[in-house]
Amino acid sequence: MFIDFFLALRHARLPVSLREYLTLIEAMDAGVAAYDVDDFYYLSRACLVKDETNLDKFDRVFGTVFKGLEPPEDGETVEIPEEWLRKLAERELTEEEKALVEALGGWDKLMETLQKRLEEQRGRHQGGAKWIGTAGTSPFGAFGYNPEGIRIGQEKNRHNRAVKVWDKREFQNLSGDVELGTRNIKVALRRLRRFAREGAASELDLPGTIDATARQGYLDLRMMRERHNAVKVLLFLDVGGSMDPHVRVCEELFSAARTEFKHLEYFYFHNCLYERVWRDNRRRTSETTATIDVLHTYPHDYKVIFVGDAAMSPYEVIHPGGSVEHWNEEPGAVWLQRLLDVYAHAVWLNPVEEAWWDYTASTKLLRQVFGGRMFPLTLGGLDQAMRRLSK
Amino acid sequence: MTRSFAGTDTYVATRDLMVAVNAAVTLERPLLVKGEPGTGKTILAHEIAKALGVPLIQWHIKSTTKAQQGLYEYDAVARLRDSQLGDARVHDIGNYIVKGRLWEGFTCDVRPVLLIDEIDKADIEFPNDLLLELDRMEFHVYETKETVVAHHRPIVVITSNNEKELPDAFLRRCFFHYIRFPDRETMERIVAVHFPDVHKRLVHEALTAFFEIRDVPGLKKKPSTSELLDWLKLLMAEDIPPETLRSGDGRKLIPPLHGALLKNEQDVHLLERLAFIHRREGK
Repeated sequence: MFIDFFLALRHARLPVSLREYLTLIEAMDAGVAAYDVDDFYYLSRACLVKDETNLDKFDRVFGTVFKGLEPPEDGETVEIPEEWLRKLAERELTEEEKALVEALGGWDKLMETLQKRLEEQRGRHQGGAKWIGTAGTSPFGAFGYNPEGIRIGQEKNRHNRAVKVWDKREFQNLSGDVELGTRNIKVALRRLRRFAREGAASELDLPGTIDATARQGYLDLRMMRERHNAVKVLLFLDVGGSMDPHVRVCEELFSAARTEFKHLEYFYFHNCLYERVWRDNRRRTSETTATIDVLHTYPHDYKVIFVGDAAMSPYEVIHPGGSVEHWNEEPGAVWLQRLLDVYAHAVWLNPVEEAWWDYTASTKLLRQVFGGRMFPLTLGGLDQAMRRLSK
Repeated sequence: MTRSFAGTDTYVATRDLMVAVNAAVTLERPLLVKGEPGTGKTILAHEIAKALGVPLIQWHIKSTTKAQQGLYEYDAVARLRDSQLGDARVHDIGNYIVKGRLWEGFTCDVRPVLLIDEIDKADIEFPNDLLLELDRMEFHVYETKETVVAHHRPIVVITSNNEKELPDAFLRRCFFHYIRFPDRETMERIVAVHFPDVHKRLVHEALTAFFEIRDVPGLKKKPSTSELLDWLKLLMAEDIPPETLRSGDGRKLIPPLHGALLKNEQDVHLLERLAFIHRREGK
């Protein structure tokens, strides 16, 4: 019945399965949404979408499949060539209506008036005898040359047609590739959380002991290992310069990460990693830590997250002395490689939109250094990055 | 067929929510509800029960809740104690089976509403452990070797705050609804339902102030419906005149009694800072 719709959803990479499709058919069969497009939209949404990040995608697919519309972002009014209307009129109009057209001064006159009124008219119109709109007696409504497929002034139409709720795209904000809030970041970071019972079995498992004792009828002590989040994270944040516009998301990421991981060590750097990093940005010139010490201090099971826009002169990455702030003996790429040699699990999060990455030489370079493990700082990107880290 | 759900006199349900609820009721599948905190996810189950006139069974999930606890628990400790005291009850293991919420729902005389609240709080395996039970609406009690089958399939409402992702297999069996934050019109209806005799101008000014605050970028926690209702209650109790809520002159960007709306020190600071900038520019 709605196979095309279902396939279109799959094609748009919405995770729908046959089971959900059958549920939809079953619900239609049970008359949950009987003969109402809105209800059908709501019902299919409830059946087929299981995550709010997919709602927007769903709306778009629904719009295209059921209306044959252009995708909603292209909402401009398109001029209808006069030719088409004429052809259509010939096909659609009855003899009396054609006579009526003649009575109004012929087709050309009619088109002229239509043009004029379209220009004059602002806003939606319903009823009445002059303006173009719905349910009116104006010549421009009564002829019915606006059946399925042709529409005059799509935007105006939008307001009076409740049918197209999916055109509003209200769930755009929830899409996985946009909004980042502290809470969202926390949820994404939680991917990385891995509670594990490590070490020797040293804790008394009281509920287990009581249960075992009661079942056996004699005292049966049970022990268990201590449970804690086993993930350790090293966070490197780029500060200053081109990073300034991204301060807010970085702050959010940082505050979320701080509460999420027990073992979180963070360091700041500028543009690219060199021989020194620092912890307090105000005292970046006086209190620094040697990068080599960082590599020696934290064991290799730490997971490394770099946050930076990776936008700089390529020399800052590949040439000694390329740094804009000081003379560096070794190029940034060498330091990054050193770090990556120690820590197998590392990713680079980039607050710049992914589409622009290829236009910056340094971004490409760093991406190479990281073996493609660069992800956009969006919810989707964060998610991918965390998956990558936990592999 | 059971009566369909169309909101109640204390709950404003949007059309999409009604369709989702009715689909879940008709097809006897669980309904998974998500949404911003404070948009009425838990209340929904209460209202469905009220609208359909059936009992509500609530199961609040905590991080330590196990799926088994929803079915039944075997109280081995009580049995051991009874055996030492020579109680005759000890010979029947059935005396020590404690019914869980699901069992309660399955054996209810009428078709109840079963609320599984904040399912994402539990362990990641929790939803998977309930798959079969929610699907078939039956489970087996190993200790007594009996199978509990639902008399009536309960209307299951599950809420989630998105703290953990739910497994696909589980999601496939549910209807899903995301409660969107209500727009101004719906909000006015919600307020009217809760405070029918509230001053109309007060509501207008309060809603304006409320949506303005929600629009302030960078808030840690945007105030939601339940906070608005609390705030209105306070405003009415304190008899604040509507005029003081008007934020047109920038000086009043921080509304009176803002403690009900903003639950976070940083957010209050942020608003204060904005008000300050406003004032400076206004000069």
